[in-house]
Amino acid sequence: MDTLVLVRVAARSLAQRKLRSFLAALGLVVGVASVVTMVSAGQAAKAQVSRQIEGLGTNLLLVTPGAVVGSGVRSGAGGKLNLSLTDVEAIRGECPSAAVACPTVRASVPLAYSNRNWSAMIQGCSPEYLQIRSWSLASGAPFGAEAVRSASKVCLLGQAVAERLFPDEDAVGKSVRIRKLIFRVLGVLEEKGQSASGQDQDDIVLAPFTTVQRAIRGVTYIDSILVSAVAPDRIEAAREEIQTVLRRRHKLASGGPDDFTVRSQTELGEMANQAASIMTLLLGGIASVSLLVGGIGIMNIMLVTVTERTREIGVRMAVGARGRDIMLQFLAEAVTICLLGGLPGAALGWLGAAGVASSFGWPMVLEAKSFALALGFSTATGVFFGIYPAWRASRLDPVEALRYE
Amino acid sequence: MSGADRPIVRVEGLVRNYQLGEVTVHALRGVDLTVYPGEFIAIMGASGSGKSTFMNLVGCLDRPTRGRYLLDGEDVSGLEGDRLAAIRNRKIGFVFQGFNLLPRTTALENVELPLLYGGVGASERHRRSLECLRAVGLAGREHHQPTQLSGGQQQRVAIARALVNNPGLVMADEPTGNLDSRTSLEVMELLQDLNSRGMTIVLVTHEPDISRFASRIVRFRDGRVAEDAAHDPLSARQILLAMPPESGDDTAT
Repeated sequence: MDTLVLVRVAARSLAQRKLRSFLAALGLVVGVASVVTMVSAGQAAKAQVSRQIEGLGTNLLLVTPGAVVGSGVRSGAGGKLNLSLTDVEAIRGECPSAAVACPTVRASVPLAYSNRNWSAMIQGCSPEYLQIRSWSLASGAPFGAEAVRSASKVCLLGQAVAERLFPDEDAVGKSVRIRKLIFRVLGVLEEKGQSASGQDQDDIVLAPFTTVQRAIRGVTYIDSILVSAVAPDRIEAAREEIQTVLRRRHKLASGGPDDFTVRSQTELGEMANQAASIMTLLLGGIASVSLLVGGIGIMNIMLVTVTERTREIGVRMAVGARGRDIMLQFLAEAVTICLLGGLPGAALGWLGAAGVASSFGWPMVLEAKSFALALGFSTATGVFFGIYPAWRASRLDPVEALRYE
Repeated sequence: MSGADRPIVRVEGLVRNYQLGEVTVHALRGVDLTVYPGEFIAIMGASGSGKSTFMNLVGCLDRPTRGRYLLDGEDVSGLEGDRLAAIRNRKIGFVFQGFNLLPRTTALENVELPLLYGGVGASERHRRSLECLRAVGLAGREHHQPTQLSGGQQQRVAIARALVNNPGLVMADEPTGNLDSRTSLEVMELLQDLNSRGMTIVLVTHEPDISRFASRIVRFRDGRVAEDAAHDPLSARQILLAMPPESGDDTAT
């Protein structure tokens, strides 16, 4: 029998038992809806995490100094003070996979304007920083290379800092006191929100790194180097190039350990992503229980149907239906119920997921994949729970089936 | 008749035992019978005589415990389920006492059923089924469901279904058991008509009135053939013509 006939026969026999088919399908509606809701909500959470990771910057790599090992005591990562501006320049010049590189120097500083004060992190950097972090200005203008060269006392304020110090006025053009120095505010950064680790990224002041090195920290080294690779698939290449350049510059013997660490955004995001995946799995698992219950309902209905239609099965066998034909017929019926329940269930699940996502402010991902997933779930449920009743039907003895009252 | 020399049904030493718990029921105890193409044979016997078991075996719905069954020259006694299904589909048509039409399914679709399992394409299926419905006098009733048809009409649909695959053999199991006497005559008239056009018919009945229309009567007793005799058949048509016309004749189209 061809598929079209199978589907038509299945649809008709379901239509003959409308209420029963509807109730059985309802179980699937609930099951598929909850699975789709949970899985989509999990995906949305994951998308939110990766959006936060991307917010760190585009194709980001972070170079930090290695640990100091002295008398068998390791200082921990970043203990060495061996990164310099020349390292940055070498990366800029010799690493084709690195689009831009930016030195950073940090310090925690007190800030004051008029009678208000605040305390925040000051990040010394080069003009490339904004590009690497894909950060733009809400108002004002960034500082340029000239400001870096001359170690000008200029700064950009993060939203949180600007709100603290300038609650009712425009910060651009004003002068703020940082430690004992007067800095001119060139611009205010756009709001960036929390980082993946929950830090407020807007509670920051950006200034030329030369200024922070000399005027605030009194050092000549830099804390870390931020590098942006030219493309996502070049991140690994960039890492290798940076390693080669820095090993050579730091005169490390081949085979020895690096005296620095290069970490990529991917690694930074992996942990957070993993947590989100486990959450998705867990939620999906819980939701699958309702799908299981729906499936058991289908099996029950199919067993009843097969018993009720024993005589029909006998007639079909008498006129030449093989076991396989009977099996396919009932399997098609089970799958049809499941699809009838699964499709509205998927739609409902999407609505549910959209609700969950919007209430948490997550980006909702409406993928064709989750539609296919729901379809797949429904069909698999139909086949899994329909196969036993269908097999029972196909194994009936024609003589007894014809005699069945 | 070209195939008169080769029997359509030939059974030798047919035995069928059933196991009911500890007890073995000997339904058939060794039956030899040969049916030639074009015969109209009535199988008679009391209930428990083995005639139903015999019909199930000849209809390839069941397999013998022992013995040989050649259907149209092919030994089918040892075939498994799906092969038997294919043989039923191609070579045997069934007419049952209870009509056994699929409920809530039109006459046409009921008739199409064997073709569906025989893998015949949609348009061919349609054409042949319509033709068979016309042949049994049901033109215009193709789209009626069984509940919209009288008993006689339902049995005609069943006969059309039995014929649609051009089988060599029609097995009719008490085909008039659920019908009144006039409608029974009409069904017998139809079967005689088919027989006159060469169809081999095996009719199972316990009613002597019905067996009179067959050209050969085989009586079963205790799982064996007790009597096998040629018979001069009555014509159902002539009896019908002699009857006063009935006002509520439900088989008229």
